[in-house]
Amino acid sequence: MRLIVAIVRPEKVNDVLGALFKADVKGVTISKVQGHGGETELVATYRGNRVKMALQEKVRLEIGVSDPFVDVTVQAILQSARTGEVGDGKVFVIPVEKVYRIRTGEEGRAAVTPVLRAG
Amino acid sequence: MNDPVTAIQAGAGVLNPADIAWMLVACAMVLLMTPALAFFYGGLVRSKNTLNTMMMSFASLGVVGIVWALAGYSLAFSPGSSWLGGSGYLLLRGVGIEPNGTIPHVLYMAYQGTFAIITAALISGAVVERIKFGPYLAFICLWTLLVYAPVAHWVWGADGWLAGLGALDFAGGTVVHINAGMAALVAALVVRPRHDYGRQALVPHNVPFVLLGAGLLWFGWFGFNAGSALGANGKAAIAFVNTMLAPSAALTVWMLLDFVRSGRPTAVGAATGIVVGLVAVTPAAGYVSPLGALAIGALGVVPSYFAIRWRSRTRLDDSLDVVAAHGLGGLTGALLTGVFAEKAWGGTDGLLAGNPRQVVIQLVACLVTLAYSGVASFALLKVIGFLVPLRSREGLEATGMDLTMHEEEAYASGEGAILIDEMSMFDPAVGLVSGIAASPSGATGGAA
Repeated sequence: MRLIVAIVRPEKVNDVLGALFKADVKGVTISKVQGHGGETELVATYRGNRVKMALQEKVRLEIGVSDPFVDVTVQAILQSARTGEVGDGKVFVIPVEKVYRIRTGEEGRAAVTPVLRAG
Repeated sequence: MNDPVTAIQAGAGVLNPADIAWMLVACAMVLLMTPALAFFYGGLVRSKNTLNTMMMSFASLGVVGIVWALAGYSLAFSPGSSWLGGSGYLLLRGVGIEPNGTIPHVLYMAYQGTFAIITAALISGAVVERIKFGPYLAFICLWTLLVYAPVAHWVWGADGWLAGLGALDFAGGTVVHINAGMAALVAALVVRPRHDYGRQALVPHNVPFVLLGAGLLWFGWFGFNAGSALGANGKAAIAFVNTMLAPSAALTVWMLLDFVRSGRPTAVGAATGIVVGLVAVTPAAGYVSPLGALAIGALGVVPSYFAIRWRSRTRLDDSLDVVAAHGLGGLTGALLTGVFAEKAWGGTDGLLAGNPRQVVIQLVACLVTLAYSGVASFALLKVIGFLVPLRSREGLEATGMDLTMHEEEAYASGEGAILIDEMSMFDPAVGLVSGIAASPSGATGGAA
C-alpha cells in the first residue's frame, strides 16, 4: 500500500487525470497549493510596484494505490505532467500503514480497489 | 447615420437642444458598451486570461478612439467617392460645433467613434487566450482605417454606394456586426486554435460577469439604436422600443431551445440570447413595428443557436463565437429587416408589405460586406503576421496571457508576492526569497 503525492503544474492537471484514467487508476484527491521549486519567479507589476511571485500555483494529487499499481501510477504522472522546464513538480511515494474505506469498513488492498458501479 | 439623407449635411440645419441632449447621452451609452463587452468576454474565458481578454476591449477605447479622430472619421464620413470618404476631415479639420443635421458636427464624429471602437473590440472574441497584445492592437487600428471606415462609408456616407442601392441598415447590422463577424472568422483561422482547444474542456470562469456584460450591453444598445435616429424624435422612440422587445423575444426563445434540448435553460445561453437579439434588431430598429421586432428577435436567434452548438465541435476556434453571434446574427437580422420593414414605421416596404426585392438588396449588401471584410482582414493579418509573430509561445500560453502580456493577475492572492526594485529597507525580504530558492528541496514543506 502506498500513498502517491504528486505536485504538478495546474495547466497539466487535465493531462495527468487523463493519463491516470487510461492507466485504470481511479480515486484521486486534488487540491490547489502554492509552492516554490527553484523555477524562475514570475514578475507582476501593479501601479508601478514590481512584485516577484515567489510562490507558484501548483496542484497536489493524492492517490492511494495497492503495490502492483505503484509503478503504473508513477509512470503515468511522470509522462503526462512533464514539460521539460524547471517547475514541473515532484512525485512522492509514501508507505501507508493502513487504509479503510469508510462506506464498508473494508481494509487494506480492498479499500483502494475501485468497485464497479459503487453500491 | 443610418439615414443618408440626414447623415451628412454639415453646415446645413439648425441646432436643436433636445436632439443635442439626447445624442450626448446616447454617445456615452454606446461608449459604455465596450467595457460591457469586456465583462461579457472576460467572464467567458479561463481565469488566467481574464485581464488580457478584458484589455483587448478596453484598449480599443484608447487606440481606436485616437485612430478614429485622426483619420478614420474622415475616411468614413467626409465627402469623397462612392467607395471611400476623402481627406477633408483628417485631424478633424473642419469638424466643429456647426450643425450636422441638428447636432454639432463634432458630437456626430464622437458618436460615430464609439461605434468604431466597439466594432474593433468585437473581433477580439475570436482570438482570445492566444494572440499577442501588440499585434492585436496593430490589427484593430489598421482594420478600423482599411475595413471599418470604407464599409461605413458605403452604407452611411451621403454618397455611399450601398446607401444608393437602397439597403436598409438602421444602426449597423452590416457595418458593425457582419463586418466584425467576418473579420473574426478570418482572424480565428489565421491565428489558429488555442493549444488546449479540443484537448480540454475550456469553461467560462465567471458566469456572473457574462450576465453583467450582457445587461450593460443591452443598456448601451439603447444609445446605439435609438441614438441612430440622430435626434430626440419619434424614430428614436420606435428604435428604442424595438431594442427593448427584440432581445426579450430572443432571450425567451434561447431559453426555450435550451429547455427543449436539455431540460435546463442556461445563464450563459440567456446572456448570449440577449446579445444575438440585439444584433438581429440593429439593422431593423427604426424600420419595423414593435411586433416585427419581436419576430426578428425570436427568429433571429435560431440560426445562431445551432451554429454555436455546431461550431464547438469543429476545428474552428472562434473562441467566444463572434461569428455565430455577430456575423450570423447580423446576417439574419439584415435579411429579416428586408422581410419586416414597413414604410409606416419609417422604412422602405419589405417582403411582408409586398416588396420582395428589398430582401435581395439586403442580401447584396451583406455579401459585399462579407467579401470585402474577409479579403481585407485576411491580407491585414498576413502582413502583420509576416512582420511579427501573432501568437505567444506554447509555454507562455499555458502560463496565461495575464502574466505573460501584462504582468498582472486578475485574482492574485498576494501570498508569496515580494516587493522588488524599490524600497531597499525591505532588503531582508528579498534575502528571504533567495533563501527559499537556495534551500534544499524538502526544507520548504514538501512543495515542489
